[in-house]
Amino acid sequence: MDHRLTILPVAISWTLALGQTLLYALLAPLLAGWVRKLKALLQNRRGAPIWQPYRDLYKLFGKEARMAHTASPLFRAAPYIVFVATWLAACAVPLIAVDLPTAAVADVIVIAGLLALGRFFLALAAMDVGTAFGGMGASREMFVSALAEPAMLLAVFTLAMTAHSTNLATVIDHQLVSMDLLRPSFMFALAGLVLVAIAETGRIPVDNPATHLELTMIHEAMILEYSGRHLALIEWAGQLKLMLYGTLLANVFFPWGIARTIDLSGLAFALGAIVLKLAALGVALAAGETVLAKMRVFRIPAFLNLALLFGLLGLLSHVILEVGT
Amino acid sequence: MTLARLTLLDQMMLVLAAVVLFLSFVLLQQARLRAAIHAFAWQGALVAAVTTVVAASQGLTHLYFSAALTLALKALLIPWMLHRLVLRLGLDRHSELLHRPALAVMAASSLVIFSYWLVLPMVQQNLLFTRNIVAVSLAVILIGLLMMVVRQQAIAQVLGFMSMENGLFLAAVSATGGMPLVVELGVAFDVLVAMVLFGVFFFQIRQSIDSLDVDRLNRLTERHGEQP
Repeated sequence: MDHRLTILPVAISWTLALGQTLLYALLAPLLAGWVRKLKALLQNRRGAPIWQPYRDLYKLFGKEARMAHTASPLFRAAPYIVFVATWLAACAVPLIAVDLPTAAVADVIVIAGLLALGRFFLALAAMDVGTAFGGMGASREMFVSALAEPAMLLAVFTLAMTAHSTNLATVIDHQLVSMDLLRPSFMFALAGLVLVAIAETGRIPVDNPATHLELTMIHEAMILEYSGRHLALIEWAGQLKLMLYGTLLANVFFPWGIARTIDLSGLAFALGAIVLKLAALGVALAAGETVLAKMRVFRIPAFLNLALLFGLLGLLSHVILEVGT
Repeated sequence: MTLARLTLLDQMMLVLAAVVLFLSFVLLQQARLRAAIHAFAWQGALVAAVTTVVAASQGLTHLYFSAALTLALKALLIPWMLHRLVLRLGLDRHSELLHRPALAVMAASSLVIFSYWLVLPMVQQNLLFTRNIVAVSLAVILIGLLMMVVRQQAIAQVLGFMSMENGLFLAAVSATGGMPLVVELGVAFDVLVAMVLFGVFFFQIRQSIDSLDVDRLNRLTERHGEQP
């Protein structure tokens, strides 16, 4: 295995890392808008323009943030914690270039931990005000995430065992070197991660991001009490999370085009490649959400057990079929 | 890296074998009979695909014939017969949940690990590379056996039996380049006759206990005419 870590001037690589992190925050609403627009078109509606999420965020940031009388300081702090944790997790996932310092600092377990931190505070804040919906949403979110997390870790360990590292940059680098191999374990890991990503980002069939129907909502039930800039931050964090999982799937399993050396043409090509990959993923997501119906809440364990099974089979097939002498 | 030494066809064989194993898990858990029959048909088609790939990669022409035979029998004819049987028995909307689905899956995964452990001494001898698939096919056989133990529906048990046969065939193809054609034809017709007999048997069971839930066979019943 070769590392090929080019020794760069520290300043340039950090600037690039910062730029990539900003790119996440800037592109995330666009991805959400793209998926919404596609869904609308598939349902024979005209739909809002693609940049509608930017307008929504702008509008919400301009509005006054109202707080319930019973809210504690935790309720006020939670949106910031959620946003920062999600953003930090996102910046550790290589978007356009592999060897950046942000990716070297945090491995995939840190990413899972940061996402769990954000979710924990969101659930706490949902219970803080004391409304019935908040508690219900928090309990459902914890229920889903407690089942999704082991499945995600198993899928990730499959990747880690192949690349001998839990660092995403190393995994992607390893993937780029051995692209021409058909790996049964990666197939299972991809299937498992797709299911986990659907559950974690709250898309159909686990949760419907567009509904406020009290019996079915999970994520929306937790943020009912938020308004103004707090709501904007939480929505933005949700969009970031969608983009994080999209980039994770696109760049780990289909790493074509990502820049391994830092030069201008390579970076531009990588940016074009990842935009295309995310657009394609958005098409798949919108099509899937149009075709599938939302599951009952008590069917979710079966769904996530399937993800766990995929992770387990990934590990087993790696050991049985790929390692042998 | 060992995987890199294999040709693309051999890698494809590994992928297909892994999917066969996954379909065994699907069969074990699938509550609806029709969906389970479809999963079984896919498993048969994949076993046929593995056979084709082995034939192409090792240049064994007689395997093409057995691949075609497998495809015709296990992916088309037997699923079609089972499907018709299920329709005639009025079970097409029947769904049967396992008592403890998570436990069954855990048992099945430990069976996979067990069969890997069992095949490990073979791996240490330097045999064909396809020995890895022997572990997978052993796991498919054991999961089929597990399915016959944990499912109560007679048809689901038959599916378990048939998927055991799939595992045996996979082992034969991957380890030794297929059985002689005479043996293969014999086994194929055996399976077919077994299928017909099962069909007759289902109707018999249903006539006598009015259900296909074999757990009810444990209970003693009295004939109506002989009541004191």
